[in-house]
Amino acid sequence: MAGKTPKSGKTPKLLIVAASAVILLVLVAVLAPWISPYDPLAQDILARLKGPSAEHWLGADQFGRDLLSRLIHGLRASLGISAAAVIVALLVGGTLGLVAAYYRGWTERIVMRCMDVLFAFPVILLAIGVIAMLGPGSGPTAIAIAVVYTPIFARLLRGPALVVAESDFVMNARAIGASDARIIFVHMLPNLASVLLVQTSLLLSAAILVEASLSFLGLGTQPPAPSLGTMLSEGRNVLLLSPWSAVFSGVAILILAFALNLLGDVLRDTLDPRLRGEQ
Amino acid sequence: MDAGIVRPGTGSLRPRLQSKPGQSNRVMRSSFLANRALDLAVVLFGVSVLTFLMIRLIPGDAVAIMLGANTEVTPDRVAALRSRIGLDQPVLLQYFSWLGGVLSGDLGVSLWTRRPVSQEITGHMWPTIQLTVLALIVGAGLSLPLGVLMARLRGKAWDTALRIGSVAGLTIPSFWLGIMMILALTTLAPDWQLLGYVPFSEDPLGNIAKLLLPAVALALPILANLSRLVRSAMLDALQQDYVRTARAKGLSERRILYRHALRNALIPFVTSAGIMTGYLLGGAIVVEQVFAIPGLGRLILGAIAERNYPLVQATILVVTFAFVLVNFVVDLLYVLIDPRVRL
Repeated sequence: MAGKTPKSGKTPKLLIVAASAVILLVLVAVLAPWISPYDPLAQDILARLKGPSAEHWLGADQFGRDLLSRLIHGLRASLGISAAAVIVALLVGGTLGLVAAYYRGWTERIVMRCMDVLFAFPVILLAIGVIAMLGPGSGPTAIAIAVVYTPIFARLLRGPALVVAESDFVMNARAIGASDARIIFVHMLPNLASVLLVQTSLLLSAAILVEASLSFLGLGTQPPAPSLGTMLSEGRNVLLLSPWSAVFSGVAILILAFALNLLGDVLRDTLDPRLRGEQ
Repeated sequence: MDAGIVRPGTGSLRPRLQSKPGQSNRVMRSSFLANRALDLAVVLFGVSVLTFLMIRLIPGDAVAIMLGANTEVTPDRVAALRSRIGLDQPVLLQYFSWLGGVLSGDLGVSLWTRRPVSQEITGHMWPTIQLTVLALIVGAGLSLPLGVLMARLRGKAWDTALRIGSVAGLTIPSFWLGIMMILALTTLAPDWQLLGYVPFSEDPLGNIAKLLLPAVALALPILANLSRLVRSAMLDALQQDYVRTARAKGLSERRILYRHALRNALIPFVTSAGIMTGYLLGGAIVVEQVFAIPGLGRLILGAIAERNYPLVQATILVVTFAFVLVNFVVDLLYVLIDPRVRL
């Protein structure tokens, strides 16, 4: 067909690029305490607001704290909070979606209605509401993002799970007397792995942006601890004196979200041959 | 921001229409409307319950926390505030009296200023609404020609470039883009007053001029998302028989693209644009902070800072209701614009 690009069997180059970028960023986040050149909270008053130099590769903020070290630790905080939130949302929302698709009937109706209600709130607004209840901080931010993404995972998994639940091997498993839990998690779940992988990657990218927004608004990670959103908000206060913090923290958010989104995007095409070339 | 997750095909608010044999159009239309109205009622009810429970689910004594933000906490004051908000009554009674108030437009009084909450919200909502609408116009408006253009650019190199461009558009944080625009413009044009807000009634041109920059920052992810959607819908439409017929008739490429293919591409576009409103509302709250626009973002963040929970609650309720209703209307529009769905 006219809209399709023929693909050979080998792994697409973009997939390799995106995957390596994500792995690299995760490594930086995990190894932050060992690879960051300075303590992210240590102040070097003489370097205050100075731009990039040999001692401080990316410059220093208004308290003379090394921007590169703060950026590395901020990346760790942002990725950690977002990943924890997405994993919780995946476990809770994914299970609800599977259960709804497997049992159908009233179970499905009630579960999906509840998810519809949560989904009805604009994302940032629901997250702000949860944080308003729990008080600002990284823990509440993670919970808020998990709450926001639970209905999304439930909805994303339910559709494909409905198809899988109708398939012969699920019927066979039921015929030989496998328990419901076994059917759902051992037989249905592996068949949804590609959907899960793609969506987790895409949603993690979106979660990074939500986390950064919330921290930027002062609701997430609290100062002096670094997170990419807080750094951006601090950098904004001294924007005209020294734009480095605002510029670099934003670039870091962008790179992180971009790599994860690209990975999900390319994975979707690679894993789902029906969509190849359509997007 | 959730731009990344709203994608073609996940537009779950799309009406589910199945014609059953033997069912007349009129029966289908009324049952469709009844179903949608029921969905709407259930969701609005759920949203109201959840928002109502917000204050009740705060860990610890919400009243003491609220008081602690402003005054010394004494048992008398706690009791007084508790009865003022009605927290000393049975929960069901609280809910129904609160809901009764909400439905009659009474959202309570703000804790500290004692002004009606509805006044606080109407005083702050116009900048946010304007910003949201302007961003939607910019993003959706540009996405149509861009999407059509993208559909015409074929080939491996183009595909990769478009993909990277659209992923970048989706993942550039609007608030950062806004800050960078401010940085660039203060350097290039130091005299330009970028920040703040002028009401439309006072200075219509100044109002648009001030909102345009934040609207562009806000619109970029929408533009990326919608233009991609238009592109894939166009590619899909261009393979259909009626396009081949149009070509065979010797119509110009331009006419085929815009008159035949784009019309069909518009259908998923409208649904997505509706879902985008929610993203835009949330994004607007953040971008407002960057451009010092006194909208709902400032209201809700101020309310959180002084732990004015009833105000936070009311703002969330009003905005969410508005969002749900917008999506409901978009759903109905979807049925109207698709001639294949005969109701």
